[in-house]
Amino acid sequence: MSLQMISVILGSLTIASGLMVVLSKHPIRSVIYLVITFFFISAMYILMNAQFLAIVNMIVYAGAIMVLFLFVLMLLNLNKEMEPETTRMSLFTAVIAGGTLFLVMITALRDTFQYGKGYVQVPVQDAGLVEQLGKLLFSKYLVPFEISSILFIAAMVGAVLLAKREKQIID
Amino acid sequence: MDTAMLIEKSALVLLLFLISLGVAAYQTYFERKLAAWIQDRVGPDRAGPFGILQPIADGTKMFLKEDFIPAKADKWLFIIGPGISMFTALITSSVIPWGTNLNLFGRDISLQVADFNIGILFVFGVVSIGVYGIMIGGWASNNKYSLYGAIRASSQMISYELAMGISAITIVMLTGSLSLNDIVQSQHGMNWNIFYQPLAFFIFFITSLAELNRAPFDLPECESELIGGYHTEYSSMKLGLYLFSEYTSMFVSSAIMAVLFFGGYNFPGMDAFSGNTLAILSIAAFALKIFLFIFVIMWIRWTIPRFRFDQLMHLGWKVLIPVAIVNMLITGLVVAWNQGWM
Repeated sequence: MSLQMISVILGSLTIASGLMVVLSKHPIRSVIYLVITFFFISAMYILMNAQFLAIVNMIVYAGAIMVLFLFVLMLLNLNKEMEPETTRMSLFTAVIAGGTLFLVMITALRDTFQYGKGYVQVPVQDAGLVEQLGKLLFSKYLVPFEISSILFIAAMVGAVLLAKREKQIID
Repeated sequence: MDTAMLIEKSALVLLLFLISLGVAAYQTYFERKLAAWIQDRVGPDRAGPFGILQPIADGTKMFLKEDFIPAKADKWLFIIGPGISMFTALITSSVIPWGTNLNLFGRDISLQVADFNIGILFVFGVVSIGVYGIMIGGWASNNKYSLYGAIRASSQMISYELAMGISAITIVMLTGSLSLNDIVQSQHGMNWNIFYQPLAFFIFFITSLAELNRAPFDLPECESELIGGYHTEYSSMKLGLYLFSEYTSMFVSSAIMAVLFFGGYNFPGMDAFSGNTLAILSIAAFALKIFLFIFVIMWIRWTIPRFRFDQLMHLGWKVLIPVAIVNMLITGLVVAWNQGWM
């Protein structure tokens, strides 16, 4: 089987599971479909010989973030009776918001078609391996990398501060 | 990839699968005998000589029990849960180097199914996926005790994963590679990582116990509070799979600990041997280390009482993670000094 065949199959599977996230009625099942989608995306990375990215995608998204999602949903215990009523107005705004997003996606995709098939090809054979990625991150992209880590620390401190109970309420 | 390689890898995968299951089965026997010994009892002694057929009898019993699915349970997720647990327990064994190359039929056969250049990250990826088996199973049972067990398990596993990763990073720093094969080869002979990173090993060992849901961290299945925890509603071989996956992951994580800190298949005086003799001796040395780890884990279970949940969270977040981070920083400084970067 050629690489292109595999990528087409993987792509359609990714889209199918992504659609199931939206289409399934049950929130827990949606989360599980989202996890499956992340697995397919990881498989795409492996196809591009970016093993490091694939595994990190699995650890961070499928392993950590989605577990938290599942956690919250299980605690909320959503069911049919608690479903909020959809008014005509909210339907209308949802359609407009979704349509705008769709438009943005189409414009982004247009570029891909314009530049041809070279768009997905990786210039260096082991571009996604740890050594290359590390060297790039700590030379060419050092400033954005450090700034994003500061952003993470700020977010963490903020979360801890928000979660910390105020003393006055306890007393 | 040629056909011979395909055949040898498939054979290795099948062999590892059977060995993992066999070891898991006999771990149950070993655990019961050990518990009996610690508590001054006889233990299982009815099935076969010394009760040696006990695991087979247990397995048969599991298969013959009624397979019950609660009426209000989410049927598909209820079935998938134990499967995910078993899958994640088994798949890690594919990146472990089990011994030096074996020479069979004129071919050098590597005793590692997949030599990833990111093997250690693969292990962590699988560990982080492992929560799903328990979470999905516990939630799908539609029972509050199961849900409590599932939530306890997942919060415990998320908290301890961090300290586990940070303590293992020190090994990556020392070796300069994420590949498990490189990590083992750098510990040739008696040059084991435990002598450089005793603290990291200590943290890794504790966090492994927590990831395995073994005592003293077995709160997810704490009988006195939660009946059976996340597998309260399970019966027959589905329950069997959950119990089995616990023992399988115990085997695999003992192997990971041996690989990272105790030299994997390396043993002192290994230079005196070569070829197939070395391969067999290295497998034996590795098996011995795994056995010792399994013994220690069981020994801990039958001697130390269970933690309370707030103590568990306190230990994870306020003790293990800061200590692991300090350990990592010091290791980083020493490595940078040795490499002449400072």
